[in-house]
Amino acid sequence: MSLESLYIVLTAGFIAVSCGLVGAFLILRKMAMLGDAISHAVLPGIALAFLISGSRDNLIMLLGAALVGVLTTVLIELLHKKARLQEDASIGVTFTWLFAIGVILISAYTDNVDLDQECVLYGEIAYVPLDLWQLANGTNLGPRPLYVSAGLLLLIVLFVWRGYKGLTISTFNPDYATALGISTALWHFGFMGLVSVTTVVSFESVGAILVVALMVAPPATAYLLTGKLKKMLWLTVLFAFATAGGGYFLAVWLDGSIAGAMATAAGLYFALAFAYTRLQASSRNKPLKATAASPTHGA
Amino acid sequence: MDKFFAFFSFTDPNVRLVTFGTMFLGLSTAAVGSFAFLRKRSLIGDAIAHAILPGIALSFLFFQSKNPFLLMGGALVSGWLAMVSIEYISNKSKLKPDTAIGLVLSVFFGVGILLLTHIQHTGIGNQAGLDQFLFGKAAAIVKQDLYAYGIIAFLLLAVILLLFKEFKLLSFNPDFAQASGLPVQSLRFVLSTITVLAIALGIQSVGVVLMAALIITPSAAARAWTERLSVMMLLAGGIGAFSGLVGSYISFTAPNMPTGPWIVMCLSCIALASLFFSPRRGVLAKLLQQRKNRIKIVSENLLKALYHLQEQSDFQNRHFTEGDILEQRSFSQGDFHTALKKLKKEFWIMPITEKNRFQLSEKGVEEARRVVRLHRIWEMYLTERMRLKADHIHPNAETIEHIITPEIEEQLLEELGYPKKDPHESPIPYKA
Repeated sequence: MSLESLYIVLTAGFIAVSCGLVGAFLILRKMAMLGDAISHAVLPGIALAFLISGSRDNLIMLLGAALVGVLTTVLIELLHKKARLQEDASIGVTFTWLFAIGVILISAYTDNVDLDQECVLYGEIAYVPLDLWQLANGTNLGPRPLYVSAGLLLLIVLFVWRGYKGLTISTFNPDYATALGISTALWHFGFMGLVSVTTVVSFESVGAILVVALMVAPPATAYLLTGKLKKMLWLTVLFAFATAGGGYFLAVWLDGSIAGAMATAAGLYFALAFAYTRLQASSRNKPLKATAASPTHGA
Repeated sequence: MDKFFAFFSFTDPNVRLVTFGTMFLGLSTAAVGSFAFLRKRSLIGDAIAHAILPGIALSFLFFQSKNPFLLMGGALVSGWLAMVSIEYISNKSKLKPDTAIGLVLSVFFGVGILLLTHIQHTGIGNQAGLDQFLFGKAAAIVKQDLYAYGIIAFLLLAVILLLFKEFKLLSFNPDFAQASGLPVQSLRFVLSTITVLAIALGIQSVGVVLMAALIITPSAAARAWTERLSVMMLLAGGIGAFSGLVGSYISFTAPNMPTGPWIVMCLSCIALASLFFSPRRGVLAKLLQQRKNRIKIVSENLLKALYHLQEQSDFQNRHFTEGDILEQRSFSQGDFHTALKKLKKEFWIMPITEKNRFQLSEKGVEEARRVVRLHRIWEMYLTERMRLKADHIHPNAETIEHIITPEIEEQLLEELGYPKKDPHESPIPYKA
């Protein structure tokens, strides 16, 4: 494995783990499609910030995106609660509208913007090794996206670690959380902000829709295999890394998009885990009949 | 303005193709989308739109041709597979439907992207233009496409017209449909098939990501205006077609503007405007109604406060200041003044300007007596019939006094035998 492939796999791995950890809570909060909506809806935020600042990596942009993400959830809730539009339709109307605004903004300034539709859809993780971070004196520190994705991972691990109690209680038992004086609304919006930040950082590498694959598939696979949260989070980390590695080799083998291959790999792991649980379920059912029958045999 | 006429005269054959193409697609997807919307399956539509991509890529890999019918066949198969997978995963595991939708959507799309990039990199056949499925190719519709889409769209609409009653029953009450002997399974199959087909058609005009809008948004907009399915479908179809027209016009006047996103933009604006401003179900109408109710309640409470003040002075004193009223009962500032204005306008209270005081008019006294009467007979009812203690009944009566209709009032009075005093020994004021 060359150094360049290592850079790509590591960056992809960091992003996959970040998305997976966030996604685990998205799934448990029954908000997978809300995550999907946010991942599309941050596009106008990214486009605007990019048009104004002319660069893709700054803190203002991250904060702006987090804000747009939170706004998306507010808008969805507004349509759902105030306009009494059913929830699935509220999500659909909101994210397509915001995404359309994003694409229009990008096409309006298509000449001077290094941000195109294909990049929006499936990212450019293959270019990771080219985007080097050099100090003023010329020292080469390695690819910049690697640092960015590592920073994202650090942020998310810190959030999950320090906020474990609030996050879990507000996820599983909102009423109990309220009784304990934990603000469920604050956790809700804080978490949505985190989802938006994760999306924006991952956007560049894997694009809008494959972020969703990384957010949903590894934790869903882990959730199939265990009912315990901590074990689920560790399994998610495992599957996320496996997704990054397997995806990379699949992409090299088929000469295709790395992000697409990662989603494919994640889907394959899920299919295997699903088949395994189905087999287990059916074999658990059969011995049950056998054991029920055996005492009569013995007697 | 020149461009306006150039566009709407439809002399340019290209304009004609694009405009009629997008209008056709908008109309048929919106009509089919109504059922998905009513069955609360609109996000499954989003998933199918994404899941069509690998089918198109595989069909191209297999046949090496861009024949629209062959590509549609591939799209149909993978769209179907996605729909079945979503149902299988959410039925046979502990994963929730939203997780299953997100999973299938993103994984199928990922496979599609992988295959598409594989095709591009290996340069098999004449692949240029396949990626137009991603973003839509409204601006590049050619005659052959238009005929193919026209035939399919016509078939879809024909099926909907023929099976309208059956689909309607299936959408609103599947259990009843089953019980009344309809072939529910086959109907579901037909409905799913035309949904997948409609989606496969629609992504030609707006692309994979925005496809959800063509299904959901016209119905969401139309639903705000009507309670009837047939009207809703017609409206949704009209909105879909109109947005197609607007989208093509905008990309005609500004060539670097994409058609698809502008179609969606137009759809969304219509939907948001409908949801907020429709006279019956709109947010604004509801807010206004709520405000009207609140002011009515505050005015009634104000009248009641004036009546109580009179009562306390044994009906000797009839002129009171704002301060007196606020001392008797607390009101929020804004509502208090609005209600005061309303009462003056209806001549229920009369200002005595030089003293800065108010007096109830004859009509006002009558209204105040009505509210107080309702309050006190309800308190009687609660103690007499519900056996509640006298110190528990006041808050309940505070609410119900604004709701009781004259008919219920009459019934209550008869039931209680026209009592003279309420449980707190206050006299019940009857109509003069």
